[in-house]
Amino acid sequence: MNPRFRSVFIRVMRRWVLIFLGFEVLAFSLLGTNFFSLDTLQNILVSSTIVLLLAVGETFVIITGGIDLSVGFMVGFTGVVCAKIMVTLQAAGTTQAMAIAAGIAAALLVGLLPGFINGFLVAHLKVPPFIATFGMYGIAYGCAEIICNNVPIHDLPSAVGPIGHGFLFFWLPGKMFRVFVEPTGLSSVDFQHLITIIPNLSALALVFVLVFGFILAKTRFGRHTYAIGGNIDAAERAGIDVKRHLVKVYMISSFFASLAGVCYVLRYITGRAPAGSAQVLDAVVAVVIGGASLYGGKGSVSGTFVGAMVLTTLVLGLANLALPTYYAYIAVGCILIFAVLIDQFSPELVHKED
Amino acid sequence: MEPILEVRNITKRFGGLVAVDNVDMKVYPGEVVGLLGDNGAGKSTLIKMVSGVYRADAGKVFFGGKEVKIDNPMQALRMGLETIYQDLALAENLDVYSNIFLGREKLKRFLGLVNVLDHGHMLAESRKVLNRLDIEVPSLRNRIRTLSGGQRQAVAISRAIYWNAKFIIMDEPTAALGVAEQKKVLGLVRTLSSQGVGIIIISHQLLDVFSVATRLVIMRRGKKVAERITAETSMDEVVGLIVGSVPGDLANANGESPKPSAVGPVMTTSSRSRPHQETTRRRPSPSGH
Repeated sequence: MNPRFRSVFIRVMRRWVLIFLGFEVLAFSLLGTNFFSLDTLQNILVSSTIVLLLAVGETFVIITGGIDLSVGFMVGFTGVVCAKIMVTLQAAGTTQAMAIAAGIAAALLVGLLPGFINGFLVAHLKVPPFIATFGMYGIAYGCAEIICNNVPIHDLPSAVGPIGHGFLFFWLPGKMFRVFVEPTGLSSVDFQHLITIIPNLSALALVFVLVFGFILAKTRFGRHTYAIGGNIDAAERAGIDVKRHLVKVYMISSFFASLAGVCYVLRYITGRAPAGSAQVLDAVVAVVIGGASLYGGKGSVSGTFVGAMVLTTLVLGLANLALPTYYAYIAVGCILIFAVLIDQFSPELVHKED
Repeated sequence: MEPILEVRNITKRFGGLVAVDNVDMKVYPGEVVGLLGDNGAGKSTLIKMVSGVYRADAGKVFFGGKEVKIDNPMQALRMGLETIYQDLALAENLDVYSNIFLGREKLKRFLGLVNVLDHGHMLAESRKVLNRLDIEVPSLRNRIRTLSGGQRQAVAISRAIYWNAKFIIMDEPTAALGVAEQKKVLGLVRTLSSQGVGIIIISHQLLDVFSVATRLVIMRRGKKVAERITAETSMDEVVGLIVGSVPGDLANANGESPKPSAVGPVMTTSSRSRPHQETTRRRPSPSGH
C-alpha cells in the first residue's frame, strides 16, 4: 500500500465505530419498516438515555484504569429515593413542582455519597476498583429494597409522566409551534401530524454529556484523568493530587448514575430497586466500543456517545425487524470482542481522544 | 557559602527494614554531587524523601538555608526542586508537551467563563526547551509511547529544566541512552551547574559520575559510608566502598591515597562490572526499580 493511501485508510478506519453506526442505520432502514424516520431516531436517542449517562460517567473511571460496577444498582437506589420523596411530599400536601424538584435534588445529592465511598476505598485504602464498586453494587441494591419495602413505588405526582415523555418542541406545520408544553384539544388528524422534536430526557442527558465531554477533553481536570490512567506514579510525581482526583472521578460516575436514576423515574413513572442493573455491562461495552481501554489512559466522551448509539440502534433495529431480543445479545457480544481485537492488534486504528 | 540543599540525620524505615539510616548530605549551589551505591543501598529512597514521594521518619531537610517540610511532590516542585526519575515517570499515553507541563498546565480563559488548556503556549514553550537540549524529537504532538529511550529522557530532562529549577536530582540519567545522547546529557549537567544549579546525580556508570561530579557520597545498606572529593579518589576505591571491600569512614578506615595515574582502561572496565557474589546476600530494594 502506498503511504498516502495508507494514511487516508488509517484516518478512515479510526472512525470504524462511526462507520458501523452508519451501516446499522442504513441496513435497518432498508430492511425494517419505517425505521428511517424522525420518530425512530428520536426513539433511539431517548431509549439510550440510561446507558448513555452510565457510560459517560464510566468513561472517566475507565480512563483512570478503574471500573465502576456500582452504577447499575445506583440507578435503582437513586430512583427509589427520588420516587419515595416525591410520593411522601405529595402525601404531605406540598405542590407537585416542589415534590418533583425535591425528589430530583435529593436523588442527585444522595447519589454522590456512594461515589465518595468508592473513591475513598480505591484511592486511599487501595481496594481494587472491581471489589470496592462491586461491594457498593450490593449495598446500593439492598438499601434501595429497604427504602421501597421491596415493592415498586407508584402513584407519583401526575406531572412526572408529561415531563418524562415530553419534548422540547411541538410543531404542527403551518398551524402552531409550542415550546415544552404539549398542545391539548387537538383533533385526531392534527394529533397525527404533530411533530415532536427532541425528547426532554435526551435534552437533559445531552447537556450533561456535553459539559463533561468538554471537561474531559479541554480542561486540566481531564488531562490529569488521562495522566493517572497512563502512569499513576508519573502523575503523582508531577505533583497531581491523585487520591483527591480519583475520589472526584468516582463521584462523577455516581453522579451520572443518579441522573440516570432520575431519568428512569421520569420515564417509567415508578421507582424500582433493580432498575438499571442490566445496564452496567451495556455501559462498559459502550465505553470500550467508543475507544477506551480497560487498562486506562484512553477513551473519550464522544467515542462513548457513539458506542451507546451503536448499542441502542442495534437493539431497536432488531426489534423493528421483529427479531427476538437475544439476537441483540449475540450482536453486542460480537462487537465488543471486535472492538477489543482492533485495540489489541492495530493500535493506530484506535479512536484518538483529542 | 550556604548549601542549597542539606539533609541531616534523615531516616526511612519500611516495616523492620531501615532503608536509609541517619544520613547527612550537603550540596552547594553549582555543585554536582554523585550519589553512589549498589542496588538496595538506599539511594533512590533518599532522593524520594527529598522530592516528596516518601516522607522521612526522622531527620531534617534544609533548602536554601531554611528548614523545609516536603510532604508531597508538588511542594518540592514549587520550591524549585526537580527530579528526573530512573523510570522517567512520563505518562506514555500523553503527548510530549502535555508531559512537560504535566501537573502545571498552562491555562487560558475560554469565553470568559472557564479555564481550558492552552495547547499553543505549551507547544511553543516545549519546543524552545527541547531545542536547548539539542535532542531531536520528531513531533511534540507524538505520544511518549512512540519515542525512543533517548527522546523520552530528553522530555524528562526538559520537564525539569523548563521550570528554572534551583536544584535537580537525576536518577540514572544516562541509563537508557546511546553514546552520543549520553554525552549531550553530561554536557547539559555541566551547563546547569555553571548556571548555579545544584545537582545530585545517581548512576551506576562510574565513568559518567567521575566526569561530572566534584564530590561523591557513597551509600551502603542504608548508611552513608564515605564522602570523597572526586579528584582525590580513584574508581577502585569507590568500587571498594560500594561493595564493602574497602572499609568506609564509619569503620574508621583510612582512605587510600588517590593515584589518578593508576586508573587505566583495564581497571575502568573491571570497575564497571559489579561482583556477583554480593548480590545474593542483598536484601530486596524497597525503592522498586
